[in-house]
Amino acid sequence: MLGRWAHWTAGHSPPGPFRARFWRSPLRGPWFTAVLSVVLLPGITLMFLTGLASYAAYDPNLAPVNDTTPDKGLLGSWLPAWPAGPWWLYWVTQGVHVILGLVLIPVVLAKLWSVLPKLFEWPPARSVAHLLDRASLLLLVGGAVFELVTGVMNIQYYYAWPFVFYQAHYYGAWVFIAAFVVHVAFRLGRMVSALRSRSLIRELRTPLSATRAEPPDPDRLVSPDPAAPTISRRGALGMVALSSLALLMLSVGQTIGGRARSTALLAPRGQDLGTGPNDFQVNKTAAMAGIVPVDDSWRLQLHGTVSRSLSRAKLLALPQHTARLPIACVEGWSTGIQTWTGVRLTDLADLAGAAPGDRLLVESLQRGGFSAATLSPGQVRTPDALLALQVNGADLSLDHGFPARIVVPALPGVHNTKWVTRLTFSAG
Amino acid sequence: MTRRESLQTIALLASFVVAGYAAVRLLAGNPIGIGAWFASSAIIHDLVLFPLYAGLDAVLVLLLRRHPTWATVGGVAWLNHLRVPAAVSGLLLLVWSPLILRLPTAFHAASGLSAQPLLPRWLAVTAVLFGLSLATLLARIATKRR
Ligand code: HEM
Repeated sequence: MLGRWAHWTAGHSPPGPFRARFWRSPLRGPWFTAVLSVVLLPGITLMFLTGLASYAAYDPNLAPVNDTTPDKGLLGSWLPAWPAGPWWLYWVTQGVHVILGLVLIPVVLAKLWSVLPKLFEWPPARSVAHLLDRASLLLLVGGAVFELVTGVMNIQYYYAWPFVFYQAHYYGAWVFIAAFVVHVAFRLGRMVSALRSRSLIRELRTPLSATRAEPPDPDRLVSPDPAAPTISRRGALGMVALSSLALLMLSVGQTIGGRARSTALLAPRGQDLGTGPNDFQVNKTAAMAGIVPVDDSWRLQLHGTVSRSLSRAKLLALPQHTARLPIACVEGWSTGIQTWTGVRLTDLADLAGAAPGDRLLVESLQRGGFSAATLSPGQVRTPDALLALQVNGADLSLDHGFPARIVVPALPGVHNTKWVTRLTFSAG
Repeated sequence: MTRRESLQTIALLASFVVAGYAAVRLLAGNPIGIGAWFASSAIIHDLVLFPLYAGLDAVLVLLLRRHPTWATVGGVAWLNHLRVPAAVSGLLLLVWSPLILRLPTAFHAASGLSAQPLLPRWLAVTAVLFGLSLATLLARIATKRR
């Protein structure tokens, strides 16, 4: 049935882009597409894995307050607990996720350009398998671009969408990856043979004057009527590489922090704030969190098998510990390494009479999202996990969480709760 | 159906099950809004971005084909010295347009930073890209003359 229809429509293609002769670039071809694909394969795989890590880092399965997508079901209920180290873990996974995402944008766009004639392929479906494959491409391309667009808008605080970012970006990733796996599985062979069909070295030595179209291919990526080239294959690939390089160089400084920050000219967190002890990036200002200046009446409410109420002076009189740690934000930037001083969480746990396996619910004075988080027993008992009172030798500023904030190695920024009001240890 | 086609059909149907399981959760919050964003994502390159950049490029290429004498300076073709910096600069604008155009009001409130420096910075980066491209063009002309 489909076959007969396909046979009839094949001879009746609409004009314009539906005719193969409309597409005349001499650069399109299986080799060119395969080069872009071989970059995307490890790139997208790493994006998916670091994306999963980004979600797992909130420890969503530890407590409902940590879970931004509680209806995930099979899409993550199996994720393991997030460790309290090495200290750079989240800095690296989240930095890679965001910066690599930026770097892959030119490659994805180039890939879409290289296969564009296939969108207008005629007849639209040759067989059932082909029809399903094309439906799947809608999920693949839609998913890839949806993830890139939501990610790029989110790191710029441009929440101009009618949905919740966490749900959209997490479930969108699963829709995309389902299509991606099948896309790759049934094209890997063609990618490898296409890569073997030409030598990369020779291609990089071929100037415009010697650039010719690839020979006709069964997938019909090659134009049947190629125009004279206006750019060489190496030139076009170089343009993609240069674009990726520019995105990388102008943003990675916000992840590394320190001296490198000023190179992140176009990234949201590429501005240096000065040299004072509290002059480093703020995720959410006190004003936005609805915090009014805290006075001497502030007490830390500490609950375990015993309950205590501790003033800031009392906390400062407890044994103080110093840790040098970065705070890394889900948006891919970091504060760089800062020197935090305060009371160890493990000491506070002992003071509250908590058991070694107890978890910790941290509550903040702030209003809105992320005003509470639960830390795992492993995070509570790690030696560098602090209720920080000072940073770089000075009291915390209000924007950085005065009178007290959480600082834990490898913990996502928003879980390093600021303006702490209550700590509750429990078996969960 | 060939063996490969049967296998592919089964794999595709299995992937639709996984995608469907995720899509139910994806769409839960706002089926029409999210569906529209997803569908727009699928076509934005092919039906919006591509006609824009390819159209501009085609006009330029056509013009140079009509007037071959315009296509070179000092014996060197300059087209790609325009294309490359324009592409890189355009892409940087595409990616960072929310902050460059100062659209997100939440940015200052959350970070305490101003988005004001980003437009001049992008202009400066663009100027450097075109400057470097022009310098390589001049260098190529100079080597040709020698
Ligand atoms: C962001 C990720 C990717 C997207 C959005 C994407 C998109 C596409 C699209 C739309 C096509 C045209 C297919 C058609 O109409 O038949 C295609 C073709 C192709 N893709 Fe991908 N792709 C991606 C990643 C990959 C990867 C990682 C590989 C590695 C195996 C790959 C290998 C291929 C090959 C060999 C073709 C040409 C054969 C054909 O046209 O079916 N792609 N891709």
